[in-house]
Amino acid sequence: MTELPTTQTKTSTGRSVRTEEMVLNMGPQHPSTHGVLRLELVVDGEIVIDVIPHIGYLHRCFEKHAEKMTNYQQVIPYVDRMDYCAAMNMDFGYVLAVEKLLGIKVPERVEYIRVIMAELQRIASHLIAAGTYGLDIGAFTPFLYMFRDRERILDLFEMTCGARLLYNYMWIGGLSHDLSPGFIDKAKDFCKYFRPKIKEYNDLLSYNEIFIKRTANVGVLPADVAIAYACSGPVLRGSGVNFDLRRDDPYSIYHRFEWEPQVGMGEMGKVGDCWDRYMVRIREMEQSTNIVEQALNQIPDGEVTSAIPKRIRPNPGDVYVRTESARGEIGFYVVSDGSGSPYRVKGRSPCFVNLSVIPEISRGHMIADIVAIAGSLDIVLGEVDR
Amino acid sequence: MTPQEISDKLKTQFPDSILEIKIEGVVDPYIKVAPEYLKDISVYLRDNVDLQFDYLMCLSGMDYGKGTLGVVYNIFSMKKKHKVNLKIEVPKDKAEVPSVALVWQTANWHEREAYDLVGIKFLDHPDLRRIMMPDDWEGHPLQKDYKVPELYQGMKVPY
Amino acid sequence: MGLLDKQFNNSNVIITSMDNLLNWARLSSMWPMQFGLACCAIEMMATGASHYDLDRFGIFFRATPRQADVMIVAGTVTLKMASRIRKLYDQMAEPRYVLSMGSCANCGGPYWEHGYHVLKGVDRVVPVDVYVPGCPPRPEALLEGIMKLQEKIRSESLVKKTA
Repeated sequence: MTELPTTQTKTSTGRSVRTEEMVLNMGPQHPSTHGVLRLELVVDGEIVIDVIPHIGYLHRCFEKHAEKMTNYQQVIPYVDRMDYCAAMNMDFGYVLAVEKLLGIKVPERVEYIRVIMAELQRIASHLIAAGTYGLDIGAFTPFLYMFRDRERILDLFEMTCGARLLYNYMWIGGLSHDLSPGFIDKAKDFCKYFRPKIKEYNDLLSYNEIFIKRTANVGVLPADVAIAYACSGPVLRGSGVNFDLRRDDPYSIYHRFEWEPQVGMGEMGKVGDCWDRYMVRIREMEQSTNIVEQALNQIPDGEVTSAIPKRIRPNPGDVYVRTESARGEIGFYVVSDGSGSPYRVKGRSPCFVNLSVIPEISRGHMIADIVAIAGSLDIVLGEVDR
Repeated sequence: MTPQEISDKLKTQFPDSILEIKIEGVVDPYIKVAPEYLKDISVYLRDNVDLQFDYLMCLSGMDYGKGTLGVVYNIFSMKKKHKVNLKIEVPKDKAEVPSVALVWQTANWHEREAYDLVGIKFLDHPDLRRIMMPDDWEGHPLQKDYKVPELYQGMKVPY
Repeated sequence: MGLLDKQFNNSNVIITSMDNLLNWARLSSMWPMQFGLACCAIEMMATGASHYDLDRFGIFFRATPRQADVMIVAGTVTLKMASRIRKLYDQMAEPRYVLSMGSCANCGGPYWEHGYHVLKGVDRVVPVDVYVPGCPPRPEALLEGIMKLQEKIRSESLVKKTA
């Protein structure tokens, strides 16, 4: 083990003291690391000099399973479990990739339902992110409020496909179930109920003096560093880059709705600090509610299972398709060799890439700030480790 | 710029490095390049004024099965909004590819993952070590002929 | 022992046995260690939130194993993580219990066949008291698992050795 550097510093009374850097382990089991993440901190007193993330504690061999499954549809439950907080978005990405490889088009009703489910899931995922972020900083009440509202979204999902967290709902070519009667009214009620709640969250947490002091000017991520590290989602938009895959690399029917990507503007501190990233998520929830309402008003009638192919056997080839998940750009690189099961599926996860930027933005902060930074990047370890 | 224009530009700049260009008849057009020129091509792609490929979307390690391994790069330009896909193929017993971690910083972790799971060594990588599997794991799991070990540190691995 | 206030008739005195008293005290305030690994952790958090409240059972989560008495293993256990789970279990003070939540912790779950890095069941490293099936288990299922653990504690005895 190499010797850690020591320095001679002078105390306030003028005496000379020998200090040494220390290696501290924010181990795999920690209340604030959002899962099994190990951060090795090299600290000088309380100031962090370097952060070395160690991942792989939740590596569940997703890519090996995708190769061994007998069918392209059988991979979908594994894709769900990659980012378990935003499972619908994961389904959406994989299903779009295989549909592009097959060259099939889905009915209009399926497109609308997929967008509704993806946006509701985005709201639910941001509620988890913001609620647990408040919990890390020390505020317990917003966590309870946000989970209460999240239960309403989970009721809607349970009404449709029977599951609360991991759905296996979007299939290649369609959906597994059509909407239940009464779903549209209940969803419209939810949108009406949810809008005033965002103001409640802003009053409780976002503009709270202590929260601002803990998160403003902490973990500033400049825009060029974000692009070099290929960050995406609220992390990229929080640094001032106006880039959203739903508008700039369009897929599905997002161009039919009126909504705006939210960008961090440095209201409380520098552009790209933790507060900006958190606020982008809160504002995106409102935009998602707009999209859901517009989609509910425009949804046509039709079949949802008519385009599901009986046998999925794409031509040999490969495709890379990316969609905007709640955490950023989820990309699937699917390689087919002409048989019924995939040859290789690589999941490009947004959290894997966003996490790699943590050494860059944490130098010079205190240990308690590392908690704020890791929470603002919104990491889900199932996706990082796949 | 269309895929045809991008590949023409690359071909004029690096004439003997392009092994194959496929634009028609595939879902995603790609350019297959020789491994030795990868560093120069990536710097050119990133810095040229008309191309400006500054965003590496995905880097995937592949096991092509017939005794070769490969890497696939999917690259995007934030300013020009165009994409390009590069492919590299190397023999399995000498699987060495130059690293692009200093060109696009995001490749650092992607290449570590490709090394860990597929077994491709990246030359001049700042910190090439295992990322997902434990440090004392033997073998590269995503290779097609991988055999699961019976025991790991006293724990039974198969069901 | 049942609800405490039903026991008082005229005077403020209850007569009970030491076994019953200790068991009642232990099961009414089980403090789990925060140990969410994967998807089941989100359902555990949802169980702890206000819709399916865990606080009414006397349960609130502790960050450190030294102050916890039950470890709810929620999520997939990988080989890299298994030695840490054993270490955390050893750091808990007796009496300690383990509740295995979800298919992955019970038997490897959906990753049983081709998972080269997944430990097929947490009972290969720690002794488990209650298994809660599901992928992920609904909050009601987790509550039933916790109540079963409470039943198990209720039937413990000072003279008989526990796990």
